[in-house]
Amino acid sequence: MDPLYDMKAWELQGLIARGEVSAAEVLGSVLARLERVEEEVRSYITLTREDAQAAAAESDRVTSRGGSPGVAAGIPMAVKDVFCTRGVRTTCGSLILEDYVPVYDATVLERLHREGLIMVGKANMDEFAMGSSTENSAYGPTRNPWDLEKVPGGSSGGSAAAVAAGEAIWALGSDTGGSIRQPASFCGLVGLKPTYGLVSRYGLVAFASSLDQVGPITRDVRDCALLLSLIAGHDPLDSTSLDFEVPDYLAATRGDLRGLRVGVPRELMQEGLTPGVRKAVEKSIDLFAKLGAEVEEATLPNLDYALSAYYIIAPAEASSNLARFDGVRYGLRVGGAEDMMEMYGRTRAAGFGPEVKRRIMLGTYALSAGYYDAYYGQAQKVRTLIVRDFRAAYERFDVLVSPTSPTPAFGLGEKVEDPLAMYLSDVCTIPVNLAGIPAINIPCGLEDGLPVGLQIMGKVLGEVTILRAARAMEEALDFRAKPGAEKGVEP
Amino acid sequence: MSAYEAVIGLEIHAELKTLSKMFCSCDASFGGDPNSKTCPICLGLPGVLPVLNRKAVELATRLALALQCDIAPYSIFHRKNYFYPDMPKNFQISQYDLPLGVGGHLDLEMEEGRVNVGITRVHLEEDTGKTVHVSKSGRIHGSEYSLEDFNRAGVPLLEIVTEPDIRTPEQARTFVQELKSIMEHLEVSDCKMEEGSLRCDANISLRPHGSSQLGVKAEVKNMNSFRALYRALEYEIKRQEEALAQGGEVVQETRHWDADANVTTPLRTKEYAYDYRYFPEPDLVPLELDQAFAGEVRAGLPELPAERRKRLREDHGLPEHDAGLLTSSKALGDFFEAAVGAGANPKAASNWMMGELSAFLNAQNIEIDEVRITPAQLAAMLGLMDKGVISGKIAKSVFEEMLAGGKDPETIVEERGITQISDEEELVRHTEEAIRENPASVEDYRKGKEKALGFLVGQVMRKTKGRANPQLVNDMLRHRLHEEPREG
Repeated sequence: MDPLYDMKAWELQGLIARGEVSAAEVLGSVLARLERVEEEVRSYITLTREDAQAAAAESDRVTSRGGSPGVAAGIPMAVKDVFCTRGVRTTCGSLILEDYVPVYDATVLERLHREGLIMVGKANMDEFAMGSSTENSAYGPTRNPWDLEKVPGGSSGGSAAAVAAGEAIWALGSDTGGSIRQPASFCGLVGLKPTYGLVSRYGLVAFASSLDQVGPITRDVRDCALLLSLIAGHDPLDSTSLDFEVPDYLAATRGDLRGLRVGVPRELMQEGLTPGVRKAVEKSIDLFAKLGAEVEEATLPNLDYALSAYYIIAPAEASSNLARFDGVRYGLRVGGAEDMMEMYGRTRAAGFGPEVKRRIMLGTYALSAGYYDAYYGQAQKVRTLIVRDFRAAYERFDVLVSPTSPTPAFGLGEKVEDPLAMYLSDVCTIPVNLAGIPAINIPCGLEDGLPVGLQIMGKVLGEVTILRAARAMEEALDFRAKPGAEKGVEP
Repeated sequence: MSAYEAVIGLEIHAELKTLSKMFCSCDASFGGDPNSKTCPICLGLPGVLPVLNRKAVELATRLALALQCDIAPYSIFHRKNYFYPDMPKNFQISQYDLPLGVGGHLDLEMEEGRVNVGITRVHLEEDTGKTVHVSKSGRIHGSEYSLEDFNRAGVPLLEIVTEPDIRTPEQARTFVQELKSIMEHLEVSDCKMEEGSLRCDANISLRPHGSSQLGVKAEVKNMNSFRALYRALEYEIKRQEEALAQGGEVVQETRHWDADANVTTPLRTKEYAYDYRYFPEPDLVPLELDQAFAGEVRAGLPELPAERRKRLREDHGLPEHDAGLLTSSKALGDFFEAAVGAGANPKAASNWMMGELSAFLNAQNIEIDEVRITPAQLAAMLGLMDKGVISGKIAKSVFEEMLAGGKDPETIVEERGITQISDEEELVRHTEEAIRENPASVEDYRKGKEKALGFLVGQVMRKTKGRANPQLVNDMLRHRLHEEPREG
């Protein structure tokens, strides 16, 4: 039997339900693992060991009395530090919120608590979720458990690294332009960005409101479906949350690929892919066909403009969302200023890192009088065209597939000085956020010992279809590689 | 007459009378301990999201319909971005280029005739908190520190913008008064200027009579009463006139009305030259109001002041002037109609309300809904006068006591023993005395001077300390003096 820290949530649930292990034992295994590897990996900003131990003990108490402690009970989770957690500091990877302790729980946390959540800690991330490597964290970078010289991806890099390193069984992330899928890809995990509005954003500290979505990072598709079913569903506190009946996602993962119409957007298979990524993805596409799917080339003609539109819309919204961090009511305040304006300036100069400042300035500029039409207005038009492209494609296809990232995990420090190169690493994931559709990453191979990810994109509310496709592919691909001691963390 | 014509447009903000705030469930009422009516949402804590208050939309629609606006089937909210410590998010959620109501109008009945004021737009937005600067002057400059109270932050606000159709300070004042009365009748706002639930800014420019081009305008802020509005505009017209007459020009700027100094002064450019970087609020979905909703709201509209005025004239025979005053606020009209409902003579009730009652309100600086007297009590008092139980003069002192203590008029009359003397035997004594003491007046009357009789009645009233029934005294004197003159 694998060590407990290395098992899937659904496996652990079975063991716990049969009384073979306790929640406390699972947590003990994860915490012991964390003691061994955290110094190298640095997945967490804040650890909540005592709370987790208390929750595990409570879960075991309920179980011993014959009760049901909930679906999340006994499964240690890493929570990206972008979710408000009552009584537990929430930094968003930023100095400006270094000592900020929320007074309320995000809706997803509230839902998970009702299901017996065991939260190991708050996971590292790029500051305010802006980045693709977790190097933009004010608390230092997280390392990729597969290769400690590589980045884990980002912005949910801490969440993904924690799950890959055995410091959590599953994790909660957020995805604005690929921030769940790309780190899942870099760390050999399953990561789902749901349909915009499927999961409540209430209590998720906003980066770009029209693009942000909450989703799971897990070790397989079943866990992904399980966690999704815990967090999905209408929330009256989020006006953009969809009012619909949440399907049984776990049940939906069963089924085969026969007759599934699979499109391969040629724009996402062009230049820029590393040979290993191309090979692994093409192999996966062949596998789709072998399993009975109808595979054809698809086209999304306006995709070339997606990155540009994203880097107008996301910074524009961010510039407004981050205006509240001003030193007046909470968070960092730098004193010694002569007046209010100077206090704002000093606080924000000291509290925000360079990437956040860059995006605030980009966004402020894009919304300025005289530039709005040329930038923000134009970007919204592009967004509409991209939505139409996807809609047209889904007339012919049930799912679209592509690489999740054009490359496997890149080296620490490799792209820090080159923001454009960093932005390009999200070229395959960003269109999905612009279109508001769901997409999942599953590991599909290795390149130089690093995981390669396959992205399966669905229609709006098409989670059921992409989960089914992902699980069938997962079984067929039979990806069993694990981080190795040679470059990564010791097993 | 001045060579110039003033062109005035108004921008009015009214706090909506909803129970909860615009985007959260906090209590929206005025006052309370600082920051006692707040939650993570209206404090703009990280991670919170707005959810639109349905009632606010309904109230806004009600006003927009009453002002004859078209209700937009699709409207959206924008973010208005600027940094100020009383704005928790450092942006205000407001409607911008797609407001809820557009293209309405409000007619004013002025001495110079009917004035049709176009309504450009009616839109929804959220209010800000309140900053208190701790210093001797209460101003930000030189203050030691500032405190923030976010109780008001997120309270729903209606913004009403007029076309530049107003020409005089009097029209401006009448417009705001009429709008206030409409909002009271619709029960969409309390419209209390002193609590800041009704605020008014004005754009004003001058142009030569007969010109159709607009001059350079100044925006005037901080006019916190009808009087302030009137005087600020009056001042601003004079100021601009002088500037133009001297061959100078008006500078486009925002000016602040200083009610103590009676002048408008320019605000420093830095304080208002913002680029608000408006963009659609991504956390809210578009507001789509179907025809059925508008129809429902329209069907539920109550009687508006203009209709009420007409009804008061037609049903109660009130003159235009009375009807106008009694509908200048909903509470006045309600008081009047309740008094009439309780049996009061309409004209008498109107006279008392516009005379004694409004003098009292002005002196005490209170509103009609704060007085202790009830409409039924006013009706009862008028009834006592009609029945001759008390004279007009006594009624005044009874009314004063009613206002002071809220007692029924009957009780006061009884307690004070001030019922009118209608006993002829008792009055004969006084009339005879008056005749004896004023032979000259008796003579005058007999020579045909009617006024002399009034003097004698007055003498009797004085002797009885006003308690004599004046009509009866009048009759008795007249009768007595028409008899043959008696010797000695």
